[in-house]
Amino acid sequence: MKPSGSISRRQFIRSTALTTGGLIIAFHVPAGIRKAAALTETSLFMPNAFLRIGADDSVKVLLSHCEMGQGIWTSLSMLIAEELDADWHKLQVEHAPADTAYYHTIYATQRTGGSSSLYSEFDRYRKAGATARHLLVQAAANRWKVNSNECRTENGYVISGDKNVRYGELVQEASALPAPADVPLKDPASWKIIGKEKIKKLDSPEKINGKAVFGMDVHIPGMLTAMVSRVPVSGARVIRYNEAAAMAVPGVRQVVKIPTGIAVLADDFWAAKKGREALKVQWDLGEASHLNSDSLLTELKARADKGGTAATNAGNPDETFSKSKYKLEAEYYQPFLAQAPMEPLNCTVQLSADKCEIWTGTQTQTDDQRAAAQITGLPINKVFITTCFLGGSFGRRNITRSDFVREAVEIAKATGKVVKTVWTREDDIQGGMYRPAFLHRFKVGLDASGMPVSWKQISVGQSVMTGGPFEKVAVINGVDMFSIEGMQTAPFVKKIKDQKIELNTPTWPVLIDNWRAVGLSHTIFAMESLIDEMAYAVKKDPVAYRRMLYKDVPRLLGVLNLAAEKSNWGSPLPKGRGRGIAAYEAVASYVALVAEVSVLKDGSVKVHKVTCAVDCGLAIHPDGVVAQMEGSIGYGLSTALYSEITFKNGQVQQKNFYNYPILRIHEMPEVNTFIVPSNEKPGGIGEASVGQMMPALTNAIFAATGKRIRNLPIKKVNTGTA
Amino acid sequence: MIQLTVNGKQYEVDVLPDMPILWVIRDKLKLTGTKFGCGAAQCGACTVHLDGQGIRSCISPVSRAVGKEIVTIEGLQPSLSKPLMEAWTEIDVPQCGYCQTGQIMAAAILLRENNDPSDQDIDNAMSGNICRCGTYQRIRKAIHLAAELKRSAT
Ligand code: FES
Ligand code: FES
Repeated sequence: MKPSGSISRRQFIRSTALTTGGLIIAFHVPAGIRKAAALTETSLFMPNAFLRIGADDSVKVLLSHCEMGQGIWTSLSMLIAEELDADWHKLQVEHAPADTAYYHTIYATQRTGGSSSLYSEFDRYRKAGATARHLLVQAAANRWKVNSNECRTENGYVISGDKNVRYGELVQEASALPAPADVPLKDPASWKIIGKEKIKKLDSPEKINGKAVFGMDVHIPGMLTAMVSRVPVSGARVIRYNEAAAMAVPGVRQVVKIPTGIAVLADDFWAAKKGREALKVQWDLGEASHLNSDSLLTELKARADKGGTAATNAGNPDETFSKSKYKLEAEYYQPFLAQAPMEPLNCTVQLSADKCEIWTGTQTQTDDQRAAAQITGLPINKVFITTCFLGGSFGRRNITRSDFVREAVEIAKATGKVVKTVWTREDDIQGGMYRPAFLHRFKVGLDASGMPVSWKQISVGQSVMTGGPFEKVAVINGVDMFSIEGMQTAPFVKKIKDQKIELNTPTWPVLIDNWRAVGLSHTIFAMESLIDEMAYAVKKDPVAYRRMLYKDVPRLLGVLNLAAEKSNWGSPLPKGRGRGIAAYEAVASYVALVAEVSVLKDGSVKVHKVTCAVDCGLAIHPDGVVAQMEGSIGYGLSTALYSEITFKNGQVQQKNFYNYPILRIHEMPEVNTFIVPSNEKPGGIGEASVGQMMPALTNAIFAATGKRIRNLPIKKVNTGTA
Repeated sequence: MIQLTVNGKQYEVDVLPDMPILWVIRDKLKLTGTKFGCGAAQCGACTVHLDGQGIRSCISPVSRAVGKEIVTIEGLQPSLSKPLMEAWTEIDVPQCGYCQTGQIMAAAILLRENNDPSDQDIDNAMSGNICRCGTYQRIRKAIHLAAELKRSAT
């Protein structure tokens, strides 16, 4: 059988590279950096776009990716420092400017996403360090009139015999040397930094003392704060608003209509907020006023009844189903979700006749440049972006249409003012770009051993990739591969001879976009819940059953076994407690989670412990991997327990953390993470375990109570006998 | 004009009395270590100390601070900031970092009152502070460590 259009995240990345022109290893130093550096430093060694070494021995790493909590500030720097033999304590890090030199090696725009930063930069960043080291060694060898292979490097020094010289002393001589075409990389056996436990994050100190600059903290002289009364749903139109009332608020300077709504510009946040309230905008919601969560769910089900576009179609699943020893039908529903990063969105813009300067936390610099260029009429290289720390993102700052940057540029253009847009939490929760709601319905036949032999699936939900930069590679014959991400490519599904996987893709006026783990944020819940149900249906232990399913997938089997072992799977538990497991490949890594839970009398869920086994290939920054696992487990628990965006008459009903609750410290379980030692290519980490958390939790609830949860969020488990 | 004391310094600011302390310190005094997360007393990102009490500065009008002393992350006294910041660094707590100054300001109150907080004490003191990145396990560890550092320093 040959499933049509079957594609995994890894294949996706490969094919993206093909369609976007292949690998780009740009080593040129952008002119802007060269100029700015020349003004401030008399002597600076700039071997490539990623690295500057100062006469004072400072080593500055420029990041082509953005730091949003996932830890690349440190891990990308580790790659350079390793090959450079830099003094770790002299490292300084900053976000690179927006420039072609920093284009993603695969996506061919400057972009952070898909948990790809480390594996896409693994070679380029190491080479950047190795090239610099090569030139510094050559400079020292020339100075000492020795052969370069008589020199070695250590901790920011070139050493030969009893002579040594600091890197900083060599910057002028090294700058004069021609760059080598290629340089060898270190033997991993000699690594001192990569893969070492003890490395502390380079951005922690400033995030602890409050000096770190997030987009929200940017201040430009003369800047006004802008707040927008935004169209509540796409397609809505302004009927009227009270400009005079807004202008009467002390501190309000201007009111202006922009494509996304009405903007109020004021001296500070508070005045802008009061001004916006005074606007009292009346909206005509148009078509979207019919948007109601109940009817959306009804429509999802109706669409599932109707069928969709085939992603795979082979054999005769109906016939095989009817002859199967065990039969299982199940349907899983997951709601719309907001990313809700801790730092609400914001964007500062200073626009003049010949350039547009932007300060913000973004994952998509090139898209933002293009958007600003289109709005202002400036060439793209006159749009300058300073990327600030991102106070979280989870996809919200990785938006197909650069919504929040676009809006700020529109305001700057319409008013001629230096503006910082600030979104409130309500704007964030209600401002769309949601993870789409999804329904996955299955009809599966199992043979006497419990192996699935027939598979029918219909998935229904909006397409995230349609209309975005990856549409061409992600949407194949009308099937958005991210809508069923990891489902038709699941190793055991690929082997089922009789199968039909369909996708039905509604187009609704709900704004949807990337959300941490994209498709895997909902597909793993459906798959791992179903697999658990399959195990119980054939009366097998859930771990033993998965061992059978994954017997030919050694890395998945590895994490499954490790998580089972470390969680004491199978050992007796106090009454009322249960364990649940989920194991899946995600973003080129493998993660298994075991949750241990109990359900209280009132139906609330207490998560005691989560055991995590992760195989992410080579773990470049092991403690960073552990941190991402802990964080993703918290994020996944929040989602499974509480998260849901609902609509009533076109309006989003949630507003702030009081009705879009986030997990709090007393609800955070003890998490123990175990990394599988590996020298495989590094995989992704930031999105590798969010998806597994939700089914690990509901599978544990089933083990504890016998209640199977097929709809998220859980909120409370119905402990009645119903 | 409103007279304010922030981190031991006197300020005179020209703002409406209903402006929340958060926006006075961020927008007027340019002390940006204190963060805006929800504006509704839900997340604790804006935690500062007012006469030694932890408050949600996003909903506290500046009029409340007249004649009182505001302390922000930038001015936290060394007897608290030192053990806390050392512990936070040692455990490497931050991910995106946005919530962390608020976490530390909340933990400072706990630590001042309690030299050896239990897990339950930590839950009680810290459950008003959201970390969307989910660093809670490390926050807990860091508070235990900070308490230890503080005990050994006194
Ligand atoms: S910003 Fe004040 S509690 Fe959230
Ligand atoms: S570290 Fe990101 S919100 Fe806490």
